[in-house]
Amino acid sequence: MSATINSPIQSDCEVISNRRVGAYQHLTLAAPGISERVRPGNFVAISVGDSRSSMLLRRSFAIYQSTSRGPFGGTIEIIVAPHGAGSTWISQRAPHDRLNVVGPLGNAFKIPKDPVRALLVGGGYGSAPLFPLAEILRQKNSRVEMAVGASTAERIFAPVEGKRSVHSLAIATEDGSIGVAGRVTDLFDNSLSNIDIVYACGPMGMLKALTAIGERAGVTVACAVEESMACGVGLCMTCVLPVKDKTGVIKMVRSCVEGPIFDGDAVQWDGIGTIPPGTYGAPR
Amino acid sequence: MSHEVFDYSTTLGSAHFPNPIFTASGCAANGKELSAFFPLTDIGAVVTKSVMTNPRSGRATPRMAETPSGMLNAIGLQGPGIDTFLREDLPWLVEHGARTVVSIAGESVDEFAALSRKVRNSPGVSALEVNISCPNVENRGLVFACDRASAREVIEGVKRSVGNSLPIIAKLSPDVTDIVAIAQEVVGAGADGLAMINTLLGMVINTETMRPQLANKTGGLSGPAIRPVAVRAIYQVHAALPNIPIVGMGGVLTGNDAFELVLAGASAISVGTATFNDPSAPVRIKNELAELLVARGFTRFSDAVGFAHRAQA
Ligand SMILES: Cc1cc2nc3c(=O)[nH]c(=O)nc-3n(C[C@H](O)[C@H](O)[C@H](O)COP(=O)(O)OP(=O)(O)OC[C@H]3O[C@@H](n4cnc5c(N)ncnc54)[C@H](O)[C@@H]3O)c2cc1C
Ligand SMILES: Cc1cc2nc3c(=O)[nH]c(=O)nc-3n(C[C@H](O)[C@H](O)[C@H](O)COP(=O)(O)O)c2cc1C
Ligand code: FES
Repeated sequence: MSATINSPIQSDCEVISNRRVGAYQHLTLAAPGISERVRPGNFVAISVGDSRSSMLLRRSFAIYQSTSRGPFGGTIEIIVAPHGAGSTWISQRAPHDRLNVVGPLGNAFKIPKDPVRALLVGGGYGSAPLFPLAEILRQKNSRVEMAVGASTAERIFAPVEGKRSVHSLAIATEDGSIGVAGRVTDLFDNSLSNIDIVYACGPMGMLKALTAIGERAGVTVACAVEESMACGVGLCMTCVLPVKDKTGVIKMVRSCVEGPIFDGDAVQWDGIGTIPPGTYGAPR
Repeated sequence: MSHEVFDYSTTLGSAHFPNPIFTASGCAANGKELSAFFPLTDIGAVVTKSVMTNPRSGRATPRMAETPSGMLNAIGLQGPGIDTFLREDLPWLVEHGARTVVSIAGESVDEFAALSRKVRNSPGVSALEVNISCPNVENRGLVFACDRASAREVIEGVKRSVGNSLPIIAKLSPDVTDIVAIAQEVVGAGADGLAMINTLLGMVINTETMRPQLANKTGGLSGPAIRPVAVRAIYQVHAALPNIPIVGMGGVLTGNDAFELVLAGASAISVGTATFNDPSAPVRIKNELAELLVARGFTRFSDAVGFAHRAQA
């Protein structure tokens, strides 16, 4: 149990910069104490507004880059898609503003000891945490291919610096405004020849489709899921989804502490939003 | 400012606590996760997630919605079941020196009685909180806390099981016409204290999907939005039963909010939804409330309990 708890800390972090990147805002935060312990796949939970805010629940964001040294001490970077009122407020913070951050949270992508041929698949802002993962995989002499997809060019997150950390980068947009017109899964022709492992972060539908492709090819797909979270730290039980454990029992597990990364074939994709029959503790 | 002369301790029946700030059931899991943010020994007590006899998967997602100054939840009492809880979660809390109030929930009078018997036989429990805001499967799913007779039967059953070995705290629902009547009923049945308030039933409809936001359709409303309801309920019950200790809760976000509930009549304060906003909230509120009380000239916390009921000097 305690191995899954990352010992997060809570800290008021100064916004160092906030730049627009397509449809997203790229925020850099001074986060000493948090940044040193970040592993690719971890996320942070950020509170909205001041102490009288009417929005009480934290918003979760995957950590894009983190540095443990530099002029600001440690920093972390996040890619924010303004969506509802809370994420929009966070996306509008200016340098010197402060954000209350809890992190690092959740588990991390497992890195194989030996070199592998890895495919990294990102949907929308989901590509962000895959770039630091790509760097670590390359340091281990792995071959890293990346495929990113989104509805439109504005929602493709693939910065120039990031492109250097992968051997190949393919892009798909549903409207064809950049890259291939279609879905990200179309990019590898629905087959995974010459791939040992897939890492994926993006919408649930994409993760489900990738898991099915992985199953046909006998390749593991590590999926970073996105469930609605109220606390991000394991207190509230709102962020659960049905996942099969090692003994084959389906349990409702908290994606904030036991995830957000799960083996795709353990997640009961069709059961999300239900209590699948036979789930541990299901109503009889 | 010297805190040395300030007596922050509080009492619930036979249980003593060095300070009156507790977690709220269901908002602190079973303590482990929160211990990353502060030592659990710093607060008065950890109130554990309501536990039932068997493991429970809880309800389907979405289980929550944010609302103005609050949230709706429909977790459905997901939990490990009493045996696993007593074997794994409770010993962890005891080992870490946390004073523990165990919350139980049942679907029948017998289930409550059996659960409380198991808790009584476990070492390290400071008090038993009885969450009666659950549907009674033997009475058309009517919530125990909303019916005088059912509320009485549950507490009588629990009292028969635990006797005077543990203080019994009955947790009340604000979704009733006359909360004082329910309070009197459970105190008559043997409750040593009251916890109030549980969440209020609410609903959010998503205007994009044009359907209820929660899979369960309805959920419990918590957070600062419900604080005036909590203050009113505590005030009314304290007026009617001035000698019965109340664990007050409902939207406490700051020491000042806690002070308001204390003035209304709370002898201890549970911090719930605020912990999702600020995982350090329980200790922060503990420090803020102490400073406030000292600044107001109180030398004992207990002197502030129910102060709002006193006639103007
Ligand atoms: C592990 C994880 C990583 C994420 N990474 C990113 C990222 O890198 N960039 C990014 O832009 N977004 C990310 N998200 C999604 C982001 O958290 C939500 O878009 C955001 O919380 C929505 O807030 P809001 O104020 O716009 O919406 P509201 O609907 O007003 O939010 C209300 C409540 O619901 C929760 N909520 C609503 N939608 C989501 C959702 N999709 N996921 C989780 N909680 C939700 C909020 O946290 C809040 O508590 C991530 C989510 C998770 C769980
Ligand atoms: C997510 C969540 C889960 C809860 N679970 C329980 C529970 O298991 N048992 C219980 O008695 N109350 C439960 N409650 C109610 C709280 O203990 C508390 O009574 C209520 O939320 C009001 O306090 P607050 O506004 O400080 O949160 C829960 C509340 C929330 C928000
Ligand atoms: S978000 Fe609260 S338990 Fe996961």
